[in-house]
Amino acid sequence: MREITLSKAVNEAIAEEMRRDPNVFLIGEDVAEAGTPFKVLAGLVDEFGTERVIDTPISEPGFVGMAVGAALTGSRPIVDLMFGDFIFLVMDQLCNQAAKACYMSGGKLNVPMVLRTNLGATRRSAAQHSQSLHALVAHIPGLKVAMPSSAYEAKGLMKTAIRDNNPVVIFEDKLMYQDKAPVPEEEFLITFGKANIKREGTDITLIATSSMVQVAEKAADLLAKDGISAEVIDPRTIVPLDEETILNSVRKTSRAIVIDEGHQSYGITGEIASRITEKAFYHLDAPVLRMGAMDVPVPFSPALEDLTVPTPEGVADRARAAVRGELFHAA
Amino acid sequence: MPDGYRDGNLPYAIRAYDADTLRAALRKMYLIRKFEEGAENSYTRGLIHGTMHLSIGQEASAVASCMALSDDDKITSTHRGHGHCVAKGADLGRMFAEFFGKETGYCRGRGGSMHIADPTKGNLGANGIVGGGLPIAVGAALSAKRLGTGAVTVCFFGDGANNEGAFHEALNMAAVWKLPVVFVCENNKYGMSTSTERSTAVKNIAERAAAYAMPGVTVDGNDFSAVAEAVDAAVARARAGDGPSLVENVTYRWRGHSKSDRNRYRTKEEIADWMARDPIPAFARLLVDHGVLTDADVADIEAETEQVIADAIAFAADSADPDPADVARDVYNPAAA
Repeated sequence: MREITLSKAVNEAIAEEMRRDPNVFLIGEDVAEAGTPFKVLAGLVDEFGTERVIDTPISEPGFVGMAVGAALTGSRPIVDLMFGDFIFLVMDQLCNQAAKACYMSGGKLNVPMVLRTNLGATRRSAAQHSQSLHALVAHIPGLKVAMPSSAYEAKGLMKTAIRDNNPVVIFEDKLMYQDKAPVPEEEFLITFGKANIKREGTDITLIATSSMVQVAEKAADLLAKDGISAEVIDPRTIVPLDEETILNSVRKTSRAIVIDEGHQSYGITGEIASRITEKAFYHLDAPVLRMGAMDVPVPFSPALEDLTVPTPEGVADRARAAVRGELFHAA
Repeated sequence: MPDGYRDGNLPYAIRAYDADTLRAALRKMYLIRKFEEGAENSYTRGLIHGTMHLSIGQEASAVASCMALSDDDKITSTHRGHGHCVAKGADLGRMFAEFFGKETGYCRGRGGSMHIADPTKGNLGANGIVGGGLPIAVGAALSAKRLGTGAVTVCFFGDGANNEGAFHEALNMAAVWKLPVVFVCENNKYGMSTSTERSTAVKNIAERAAAYAMPGVTVDGNDFSAVAEAVDAAVARARAGDGPSLVENVTYRWRGHSKSDRNRYRTKEEIADWMARDPIPAFARLLVDHGVLTDADVADIEAETEQVIADAIAFAADSADPDPADVARDVYNPAAA
């Protein structure tokens, strides 16, 4: 199978859906001529023109609100938010307007809109361009949240998101744009709420999102050298969450670590760990562990920044401790 | 025709609309007034919970601003939006049912007073967030332009919203892209207890249109004909593809901001002064003076609206509560595209 970059996969997904449905359009800062700072959308304006690839002023709440209004009236906008950190600017339109329109109207209003943005630290961009803020929107009923872990997921989830009749937020890891993965030439979609068992194992379950899936896979390689068999699960979407696949895995392995690049406190790792504890408690042989980003604003210096996110070595260390029963002694 | 008028001097409303249309407009103003009085009364009797924001005194602004709109044209509304719903053709029984939290309400009881939406009439919804509807209106206008529907969006907002960033971003983008939207500011002089003098650097909010290269006009929001003339011109401009406008209707809410308001920030004299400028009898007088209606017609219209309201309240009271089994329904639309 051919291999393409995550960037190219997103570009293909959007182009295919724009060809398929004339109501789909793109709107955001520097999406047309610039194709975004990461060049993900490069070339789309040449095919679809500035009527469908719309550069906006620097008015994030304004253009996200416009996308809501367009979605309410027959369009299917894809809004590009240049950095995930800017989500704080658009919270009213995303969480008070888009997320609630369907429910508050008794199902009469729909907001078929995609907000694509990014996450991920270690790009030396400091604390306002490095955050992973998906937990904030996952907290709000009415929004769906997709977290592609490779080019394959990036394409399939984006196409599904564009066809969904609800507001969907997609977080792409900005450090993965040039990472290649096998992606079929023929059309495919990825169903929301269906986790991918990336690697099967018997001793411990590593549930990981976005780029942390790679971290978990590398950790699993390290663990294999020690004779520990790790299962790696990629939920693909955290709203809706495929709880069943996660629980079935933990019932089999009896141990779990949840790995995610959002801040560890009050985040995705805590949510998934809690569901495992509530629903698979009597299958557990070790406490369910959380590994998120350190609870500090992301520092600039490489000497500090790399300390703040989970690493394969760090995950493997914790997994060994869990499997060997050492966590009980640490308390 | 009263003395002193020559043909060209007739008020705009008389020149622009036929008798049936004017009669329907007056009827809607009475419906809004009596709907809100009925809502207030129902609240006092414990039939409605929460709070509500009444627009009593502002009826001319709501009705006159929707005169040139069809059901295909859109509006976005505000927390003080009951009048806009009625002006856009909402059914009073379903509105009351929504207030009463009933399944037959416009939003099946999920939205309440601040969130009534009726897409079949082009009403994209009232909004609990000040300024929240401004970018949404611009997006609806973008949709209309892209899809070639010919629809115009009227965006209602209050004086308070004109100090939100969303206002400035929305006006700028609407102007940059020449979108078919009309920004209608209902300046009732206070954002809760804070007067526009204390909150707003410009004397007239319409002056802010200049910053976004669009026409801006301030009119007496209690003068039906003046509002209709200004907004109709703005709607025509939008429909012709010439872009957005800002119309400021200066008006007054007789009641407090919401049920919690103790009205200590304004004088009894000020309130009495504005109540003497009641827009409904003023419009009725205009219609009688120009031979559109007789005094007896006006009395009949008022009496008929009272019956409509009584029936609407009865419908709401007799309707069923939502089924508790449906509490999580419609968080997401389950249909595939």
